[in-house]
Amino acid sequence: MTKDLPEPDTGAQFTRACAENDHKVHLLRQMVRIRRFEERCVELYSRSAIRGFLHLGIGEEACAVGVLEALLPEDAVVATYREHGHVLARGVSMRATMAELEGKVEGCSRGRGGSMHLFDAATRFYGGNAIVGGGLPLAVGLALADHLQGRPRVTACFFGDGAVAEGEFHESMNLAALWHLPVLFCCENNLYAMGTALELTESETDLSLKASSYRMPSWEVDGMDVIAVEDAARHAAEVVRTGGGPHFLELRTYRFRAHSMYDSDRYRDKAEIEGWKSRDPIPALVERLRASGVLADGDLERLEAEVDAEVDDAVAFAEAGTDEAVEDLERFVTSEPVQRLASP
Amino acid sequence: MPDTAAPAEVSVRAAITRALDEALEADDTVVLLGEDIADPGGGVFGVTKGLSTKYGSDRVRDTPISEQAIVGAAVGAALGGLRPVAEIMFMDFLGLCLDQLANHAAKLRYMSGGLTPVPMVLRTAVGGGLQVGAQHSQMLESWLTHVPGLQVVVPSTPTDARALLHACISSDDPAVFIEQVPLLQRRGVLDDTAVALGVADIKRAGTDVTVVTYGRQVHDALTVAESLAADGPDVEVLDLRCLAPLDEDAVLESVRRTRRAVVLHEAVVTGGFGAELAALISEALFGHLLAPVLRVGAVPAPLPYAKNLESLALPGPERLRSAIGRVTSYGG
Repeated sequence: MTKDLPEPDTGAQFTRACAENDHKVHLLRQMVRIRRFEERCVELYSRSAIRGFLHLGIGEEACAVGVLEALLPEDAVVATYREHGHVLARGVSMRATMAELEGKVEGCSRGRGGSMHLFDAATRFYGGNAIVGGGLPLAVGLALADHLQGRPRVTACFFGDGAVAEGEFHESMNLAALWHLPVLFCCENNLYAMGTALELTESETDLSLKASSYRMPSWEVDGMDVIAVEDAARHAAEVVRTGGGPHFLELRTYRFRAHSMYDSDRYRDKAEIEGWKSRDPIPALVERLRASGVLADGDLERLEAEVDAEVDDAVAFAEAGTDEAVEDLERFVTSEPVQRLASP
Repeated sequence: MPDTAAPAEVSVRAAITRALDEALEADDTVVLLGEDIADPGGGVFGVTKGLSTKYGSDRVRDTPISEQAIVGAAVGAALGGLRPVAEIMFMDFLGLCLDQLANHAAKLRYMSGGLTPVPMVLRTAVGGGLQVGAQHSQMLESWLTHVPGLQVVVPSTPTDARALLHACISSDDPAVFIEQVPLLQRRGVLDDTAVALGVADIKRAGTDVTVVTYGRQVHDALTVAESLAADGPDVEVLDLRCLAPLDEDAVLESVRRTRRAVVLHEAVVTGGFGAELAALISEALFGHLLAPVLRVGAVPAPLPYAKNLESLALPGPERLRSAIGRVTSYGG
C-alpha cells in the first residue's frame, strides 16, 4: 500500500491522528473483551455452568478483531466452532453470547447452538460451524446470492489450517475463483489441525500458495499483529467488494491453550508455546500504544476494569436467563410445525 | 367459458421441466445449479433443457463436478436470500455431499434458534432398472428421512411431479426431490391440481389390503391391483408422494379400513423406509390388523448390471402379488 501524501492542513492531520489513536485503543479493547470473556469461560466450565465442547481462541484475538473491523454492517460472516472472538468482534452482545454458552433462551441461538453454533441475524453472522471446512461452500453460496442480486457485499469466511486438508476447501476455492465471487477467505493458521502439526497434515505447508494455485490473490499476514491484520483485510475487502473476485488471507497465529477443554495438549513443545506467548497480540499492542503516548498511566487498568464489568454483567445476565420451554423441543426443526397424529 | 378439452398428456420429465420453467419465470430468486444442466445438453436426462437459453447461464449454472460445493453453495445461497434448485446427477452421489445436506441444510435452522431458514431444493435422479450398475442405481431415501429437517419427495405422475416441485421450491425448508429415471418417460395427465407437501393420495380405492408405496412403484402396484380385480382381493393403492413430512393420518386411515398392509418400495428392504411404515402401522393398529405388515423391496445387494439379475434384485409385480396373497390368506 502506498502512503498518503502529507497534507498541508495540520489541523486535519491532528484530527486524523486522534481518530487513528482512538481506533487503536478500540482494537485493544476488542481484543481484551475477547480474552477476558474466554478466561471467564474457563472458570464457568470448571464449575459446569458451560458444558459440551469449548474451543478457546486465546492468543488468536488479533485475527478476528482485525478482519471484522474491516467489514461493513451489510457484509456476512461464516466462522468455525472457535468463534467466540468473531461473534464479539462482529458486535453481538456479550450478554447474548454468554447466555448462549449457558444454554439459555436469551442466547443468540436461543440456547440450541451452544459455544460451537453462535448465530446472529442483525450482523449476518452465519455460525458457528462445527464441521471442519463445512463453512466454505456456504460462504461461496452467500457470495453467489450477493453477486446475482447485485449487492456490493463481502462474505468473510474463517477456517483453520486443518480445513485446508478437506475436499470442501478445494471445491470451494475453485468455485469462488471460477465464478469470481466476493468471498474473503481467512485462514487462521495456528499450525495444528487439532493435535497434529501442519507438516504432518499437508504435503505443501505454504497455504497461501494453495490459494494462488486457484488464481486467487493471497497474502500472508502476521496474525499476532492486529493492525497488520486490519490493514490487509481492509485492502482485500475493498478489492473483493468492488468486483475483484475472491481473496485469501493466511493469518499466521497460535492458540495458547489446547484445542478444546478435552485436549491434554501433549503434542506441543512448551518452549514453542512460550515463544508464541512472547508475541501475545495484546501486550504487543499495549506496548506500541504506550511507546507512542496513546496509552497513559492508568488507561489500560481503566479499560480492563470496564471490560471486567462487562463480563460480570454478561455472566449475571446469562445466569438469570431462562431455560427454553420444554414444549418447544421440536420447534425450528421445520418452518411450520409438522402436523402430529393424535395418539390412537 | 369452461374448458371442455381433454387434459393434456405429457411425460413426467416435461412436467418437471415445466415446473422449473414456471418457477424461474415467476421468481427472480430461483436459480439452478448442477453438472451439465445448461444447454445444449440441458441435464443428463434433458430435464433442464432450454432453461439456460431462456433464463441465462447466470441463473441456470453449470458447475464443476464438485458435489459438496454444489450443495453447500445452494445452502449458502438460500441463506443469502435465493431459492436455489441444485441437481445432483445421481442419488448415489449423495455420498459425496451428505455433509452439506445432513449437517448444514437440515440443521441450520434449528441450531440457530430459527434465525436461518434454508429454502433450497436438491433434485436427484435414480437409475434403477436401466442397467447402469451399482453406482448409478440406488434409492437412498431412508438416508434422508433419518435426518430431521429434510423434506423428501418421490412423485409418481406428471401432475404430482409439477405440483410437488413447486411446493418444494416455495417451501422455506430444504427438500430433496427424487426423480426415478424410468419414470421420466412415463406419460400421464397434467392438470393444475395443487399438492401440498405431506399429503398422500389414494391412487386406487380398495377394501381388502392397502399397498403403501411411492414413485414409479405406484404404477407397479396399480398394475397388480388391476390384475387381481376380477377374482382376487380388492387392493387399495396409497401413494405417499412425500416421505417427510409423512402423511401418517392417510396411512392409518386406509389400513384401519382394509386391516392389511403391504409396503412396496424400490430401495433395499433392510433398513428401508418400509420399516418405518411397518412400525407406524403396527404401533397404531396392532390389535386391529388381520395380518402382519409385509415389506417388498430390493434384495440386499448392490444392483447388478446384468439384465436378468437386475430384474431379480428389484421388486417386481410378482413379489408384490405374492405378498398380497400372503396377507390376504394369513391365518386362513
